[in-house]
Amino acid sequence: MPEPVNAVEMHGIVKRFPGVLANDHVDFVLRQGEVHALLGENGAGKSTLMNILAGLYRPDQGTILVNGRRVHFNSPRDAIAAGIGMIHQHFMLVPSQTVTENIVLGLDTPRFFLRLAQLDRQILELQARYGLKVDPRAKIWQLSVGEQQRVEILKMLYRGARVLIMDEPTAVLTPQEVEELFVTLRDMVAGGHSIVFISHKLDEVLSIAHRITVLQHGRVTAAGLDAKSVTKRQLAQLMVGREVVFTVQKPPARRGEVVLSVEDVWADNDRGLPALKGLSLQVCSGEILGVAGVAGNGQSELAQVITGLRKCRRGRIVINGRDIANRSPAAAIAQQIAHVPEDRTGVGTAPTLSVADNLIMKSYRLPPISDGWVLNRPVIRQQAEKLKSDYDIIAPSVDVQARLLSGGNLQKAILAREMSAGPKLIVAVQPTRGLDVGAIEAVQQVLLNERSRGTAILLISEELDELMSLSDRIIVMYEGEIMGEVKPEETTLEQLGLMMAGQKLEQTAIGPATE
Amino acid sequence: MIDWIIVLQAGVATGTVLLFATIGEILAERSGVMNLGVEGMMLIGAMTAYKTAVLIGQPWLGVLFAMVAAGALSLLHALVTISFQADQVVSGLATNFMGIGLSLVLGEGLSKAGTVALLPSYTVPLLSNIPVIGPIFFTNHSVMVYGGYLLTPAVWFYINRTRPGLHLRAVGEYPSAADALGINVYRLRYLYVFVGGVLAGLAGATISLAVSPGWFSELTTSGQGWIAIGLVIFAQWDPWRALAGAYMFGAVRRLILDLQGPQTLLGLANPFYYMPKLGFFLQMLPYALVILILFIGSREALRKRIGAPAALGTPYVRGERG
Amino acid sequence: MAMTETTATGFRLPFTLRVEPRLEAPRWLGAVTSAGALIVALVIGGGIIALAGGDPIRSYQHIFKAAFGSVGVLNDTLVKATPLILVGLACALAFRMRLWNIGAEGQFFLGAWGASAVVLIPLLPKTAPRPLMLLAMALAGFLCGALWAWLPGYLRARLNVNEVVTTLMMNYIAVSWVLYWVFGAWSEGGFQMSPVFPKNAWLPRLTDYAGAVEAFAGLTLHLGFLFGLIAAVLVWFILQRSRWGYEIRLIGDNPRAAHYAGVNMVRNTVLVMMLSGGLAGLAGMSEIAGVVHRLQGAISPGYGFTGIIIAWLAKLNPFAVVLVSILFGGLILAGREIQPSGVPRMLQGVILFCVIASDVLLRYRVRLVRRGAE
Repeated sequence: MPEPVNAVEMHGIVKRFPGVLANDHVDFVLRQGEVHALLGENGAGKSTLMNILAGLYRPDQGTILVNGRRVHFNSPRDAIAAGIGMIHQHFMLVPSQTVTENIVLGLDTPRFFLRLAQLDRQILELQARYGLKVDPRAKIWQLSVGEQQRVEILKMLYRGARVLIMDEPTAVLTPQEVEELFVTLRDMVAGGHSIVFISHKLDEVLSIAHRITVLQHGRVTAAGLDAKSVTKRQLAQLMVGREVVFTVQKPPARRGEVVLSVEDVWADNDRGLPALKGLSLQVCSGEILGVAGVAGNGQSELAQVITGLRKCRRGRIVINGRDIANRSPAAAIAQQIAHVPEDRTGVGTAPTLSVADNLIMKSYRLPPISDGWVLNRPVIRQQAEKLKSDYDIIAPSVDVQARLLSGGNLQKAILAREMSAGPKLIVAVQPTRGLDVGAIEAVQQVLLNERSRGTAILLISEELDELMSLSDRIIVMYEGEIMGEVKPEETTLEQLGLMMAGQKLEQTAIGPATE
Repeated sequence: MIDWIIVLQAGVATGTVLLFATIGEILAERSGVMNLGVEGMMLIGAMTAYKTAVLIGQPWLGVLFAMVAAGALSLLHALVTISFQADQVVSGLATNFMGIGLSLVLGEGLSKAGTVALLPSYTVPLLSNIPVIGPIFFTNHSVMVYGGYLLTPAVWFYINRTRPGLHLRAVGEYPSAADALGINVYRLRYLYVFVGGVLAGLAGATISLAVSPGWFSELTTSGQGWIAIGLVIFAQWDPWRALAGAYMFGAVRRLILDLQGPQTLLGLANPFYYMPKLGFFLQMLPYALVILILFIGSREALRKRIGAPAALGTPYVRGERG
Repeated sequence: MAMTETTATGFRLPFTLRVEPRLEAPRWLGAVTSAGALIVALVIGGGIIALAGGDPIRSYQHIFKAAFGSVGVLNDTLVKATPLILVGLACALAFRMRLWNIGAEGQFFLGAWGASAVVLIPLLPKTAPRPLMLLAMALAGFLCGALWAWLPGYLRARLNVNEVVTTLMMNYIAVSWVLYWVFGAWSEGGFQMSPVFPKNAWLPRLTDYAGAVEAFAGLTLHLGFLFGLIAAVLVWFILQRSRWGYEIRLIGDNPRAAHYAGVNMVRNTVLVMMLSGGLAGLAGMSEIAGVVHRLQGAISPGYGFTGIIIAWLAKLNPFAVVLVSILFGGLILAGREIQPSGVPRMLQGVILFCVIASDVLLRYRVRLVRRGAE
């Protein structure tokens, strides 16, 4: 009997980015036929390591062995040829092309002519073999997120990938869709495939992985742990390097009068498809209303409609007794609505303007920042310095370009700006996504302080743990509608999950859902 | 009276120039690179073709050199925008200045060169006998016009039904996805910017050796390169719509000349005949028409949500985090 | 053909070029790379001149002497620089908002037309006092340029119509429009030019004061130059110190962030386009009231396009625009006598290419790395 060979071995991998050592002599071994979880916080170097294995980056140092043979990947094409395929967190699918076109994209065959009918048939056969159903002629933009993930998996299988790297595959799925994915993954492993599962979610890792490797700040803190013999707490410690407190201290709510009232709002998304379908909700002063839901179910549009960034077809958005629906973002700002946007770099900041200039984005119209037509430079500077120290924004000076700040400091700057206006309502969208633990705690603390101050807060998040620990009430959105409202202390993750998958609260309350 | 058959026939002939340039730009933009230097590349093509014909007496060699010269100029734009990630608008303008300046420098004295051998014209037997269609499309046209008939469907098929076409679309829509699948984004963009330049050169050669032979410095192209860029938007990056738009603009150019000829127009005294200075308004027509078309097209685009290739205008940077 | 971050594999040098993104560029680097680019451009341009059968060294010597060699030619250079300053500022302002106004040439023509209309229609009697006449001409020039830019600005703001193409098309229309007038109603004796303006429609020149200051004799530098300097200060103040300028910079840097900050995109797009067009129009007014003193078809050797290059070379800094304009004024002045005639145009193209290519050095650091260290 031949000695079993490891599917992948990576030894002494070093990868530097300007100013960061992303991987510091990392070793990683993937056995044949296992699900191997790569665990770590954001920025721990998981994705970098796997991007190296997928041929997207080249390591500065280190060796890679696939099936015992040394390989040098110059491009993802080389990696795929060696049977290694990566499914990225943001799907690498061309939205305007069909499923089939996406699956055959980049392959050597067909040589020249695309015989689409014939290719469609091949794809259907492949689907049947792995139980991954999706219409081969549909354009990608018409598909749900779960379907798009299936296309990604099919794409790699079609290329004959034996090793599949999945970068945070569950981030965009409902708990039920996650279960379906896990069934598929187990089938594939049973069929001889090997899977690297990148995640920072401990429960998921423990339920799917055979072995676990933990990274922290670019270094391996535990290699190839047996998933059956570790606890969640141990893993958390390996990830963060210190004991983690799993609950946030939340003082009792002092709920006041209604600040925001959204009444029967209908709005379209960027593609012109309905995103909000007659949605109504209220937020009172001194409370945090959490909005749960899988990405793309109208949460972003809800935030945009309230902050004036998106027009609505119908409905009223009443703040402080005034209807601001279909007015401008400036009107929302004038009503003291703060907005912590989902996209920090794309929307929340101007990258090449200075930090000081970024801090006045919401207040530049008013004295003392501006005096009629003219900006008051000394005051701008003074205020920027104050916010920088109050919110502990780490930057060489307030004159440096905003793009030079790290993600956490950028988010602190945005919070500082939004909170400094003394808002009546805060619309916070994914405020802690992509941040390290320290920054997450700081952000959550800011929101809780505002709550104590009597501000109304709408917190849109995909992190159920965060919603459960911060919110006073939670509503769940599915396809632009509210599935139900629950209190965090009276609900379970399972119940939230069912609602995120489109079950109304009444259906989930009776008992286990019937499918 | 105005002979509409002749207007349309001339429209097809002069429209062929726009067709080549527009299709070239469509290919470049489909790969994600906008090249505003079409005018300059056309001019250098026109100059090179004519100069070659004058010096060597070989019009076909002129066409070849024109394509190479304009292609070479487009590679400068490719280098600066793809490798150096410079702004495509500014680099396109630089390409334009370069092209115009170079062709004026190298084309010095060329306008007095006299007659040269031009590209041949043909009438297609049988097809030319079809009423209306025959005289417009198949009678006494330069070989380039027939080339245009072949190029349009070929490019459509290439973009939509072949593997390299699939790659082209992917590179312009979602370069990092294409890169992840091992498609060399940089190489393809270089390639299609180059092809765009080659076709602009072909368009230039078509002017100076076929449609309106000669070298009249900047007036040789007289803004047709810019019209081609407008046409790309009108065409919604589709070769067939480019064909329609190009021929229509060709016909308008001819119509402007013909409108000033007859003494009567629609039974009334022709104002353009009796007041020649009104001709300046006719000369504005093609340019105003481009604005009008962009205006109408934009409303349609807003309604139907047709967009440019998603990555158009943005340089692709590989390996950066985030 | 493919450009990657390291040299091609297979062929192994002891060193490899490594290109890394720069986190922060020192302030002086911009000026140094621009100057370097200019030098490289002149070398390349010289090569082309040599290829075309000219003598590059003598050409450049000639350009320098003919542009900066004496007070007289320096005066001429500054006269040439005057419209360039205004047009360069027009472009710099619009480009700062990433609004591609390529139509400064057309706006220049319309400005010249508007100023002429005051004299030739006439909107003011020929005997109007000189300051009033000049003020009316400047206003008319500014307004006509601004209105000419309004349409592309409006189409861009409301319907997202590509302003590069529309502003360019407007250039051709503007030239035809001016030609219609100089061939028609305003033609002097059938020639394609208007009659010479009365003296009170001339911008004051230094030579007009030769009686008081003897050294001014023969110097044709006119009040338009001062317009340019004042405009530079104004544009700087607007961009760096005003609320409106903050909005412009915000839109230019990240339009989505500007929208999020409640900036009115439509109004700003139209206004910036119009101010840009107005400056170009003022350049047209200054040129015909200060130099040509009549309206004719050939009033610009492509000032509008040169303005684009100047704005870029000046890195959109209003004060740098003034300096670069003087440099280019000299190039255009001296270039008129250089054969072949396309040389200045070509040099402008080469310079612009070198400048944008050199920008990569501001964003990236190029290092030699020894192979063994990898």
